[in-house]
Amino acid sequence: MPMISLQHVYKSFGDKRVLDDMSLDIDEGESVVIVGGSGTGKSVTLKHIIGLLRPDKGKVVVDGEDIGTMPEYELNRFRRRFGMAFQEGALFDSMSVFENIAFPLRRHTEMTEKQVRDRVEECLDLVHLERGAGAKRPSELSGGMRRRVGFARAISLKPAILLFDEPTTGLDPVISDVIAELIREMDHTLNTTTVTITHDMKVAFKIADRVAMLFKGKIVEQGTPDVFQRSTSPIVQQFIEGRAEGPLTE
Amino acid sequence: MTAVFESIGLFFVRVFEETGLWFRMLWRTFRWTFRPPFSIGEWARQMVRVGFDSIPVVVLTTMFTGMVLALQTFNGFARVHAENFVGSVVSLAMLRELSPVLVALMVTGRVGSSMAAEIGTMRVTEQIDALKALATDPVQYLFVPRVIAGIVMLPLLTILGDALGIYGGYLVAVRLMGANPVIYSGATYNFLDMNDLWSGVIKSAAFGLILTLTGCVRGYYTYGGAEGVGRSTTNAVVSASLIILLADFFLTKVLF
Repeated sequence: MPMISLQHVYKSFGDKRVLDDMSLDIDEGESVVIVGGSGTGKSVTLKHIIGLLRPDKGKVVVDGEDIGTMPEYELNRFRRRFGMAFQEGALFDSMSVFENIAFPLRRHTEMTEKQVRDRVEECLDLVHLERGAGAKRPSELSGGMRRRVGFARAISLKPAILLFDEPTTGLDPVISDVIAELIREMDHTLNTTTVTITHDMKVAFKIADRVAMLFKGKIVEQGTPDVFQRSTSPIVQQFIEGRAEGPLTE
Repeated sequence: MTAVFESIGLFFVRVFEETGLWFRMLWRTFRWTFRPPFSIGEWARQMVRVGFDSIPVVVLTTMFTGMVLALQTFNGFARVHAENFVGSVVSLAMLRELSPVLVALMVTGRVGSSMAAEIGTMRVTEQIDALKALATDPVQYLFVPRVIAGIVMLPLLTILGDALGIYGGYLVAVRLMGANPVIYSGATYNFLDMNDLWSGVIKSAAFGLILTLTGCVRGYYTYGGAEGVGRSTTNAVVSASLIILLADFFLTKVLF
């Protein structure tokens, strides 16, 4: 049984249909990267997986439970199994870095302050941030550091599933590569099921066990990085090569 | 002509939608108030923000209102030789009406707007989604402490405003206009009963609920980046002020 299963999911916003009979299965421990152009529904897919959005039709089953129909209170508890890192970090700017990472620990565990401090330091180590960074405010951090703090906060509760929303968008190529390395490292160290969305193919090939291409609200191609690169689909080839002409832009 | 009727119809549909949304969020806030975990630290922080930090504004507003009320009524009442009733007018007006309403409007401008701006910014920067992703209901974490702070602190600020308004009136009448302090003080308290105080306090608790919940709801449903945050902030102040003035009439009708 897959860890995450999107089954014939439909989602519209007003007249615009974003997900159109979208299906995707993700196995436990697998790292899947969903790629696709802007506005193809990548973020919407990720938000369905964690229950931030509910499908108009279809099912989203996570660890055997249909979260599309789960009551809000139960869903809230269920989300402790997830860690999600947002595009710009989405750090709470009223809190320091330390307080951001400690937030879920203080809220959902019975840890003492010493245990919280130890776990926060452990998380900072895992994302290769100096322990002194804990005292900083989010506004004092660079883009790359914000992502790392977002990652540290996402892993603090030791989730079974990690979700990354455009983790390298807006970063320079070197920092993007560093972040991609970090995601791969965390995936291996923590042994989580990981879903990443990106339009950066270099990052995708680096961290994915499987790459899935989203186009017009459905998965049109999927496979291991090697298989995906050799795909004969003109949609996939246009996207990989970043060409202006082709089915994606018609 | 059809367009006119259509826009009138749409206006009423919007009013009903907004009212429904407000009461739905009120219900959600109520339900989450009694569910753990309880963020006592956050409750305290919001109480300081709504109550303690608003003291300077409340002091200035209510004291000067009491002073100007005494000044106006003293001159007016002097024409019919009723200066001895100035103290009663000031104290009754402050307790029953002016202190609760003025404090609520000032706190709306100061705190309601900042709540809408803060929560609105959290919405457009995905911090609200981050809260949900961290298994934390935004209504429980953001709304509950703010609404409780409003309900608890507004009555305390109003009582402070009552005292300062009465004292301001006393200062003007006795020190400036030459009223007899004993007669003035007697007139201030002789015609008051506890119901005057309690009705003002109950009204202010309701206003505290209105201004905080409206600020939170407006912020929570922000869309459209920085412009949206600005829009929500303005809407929060205008809506909360209007609701407070409307509620004031109906609550006064019920309580007196």
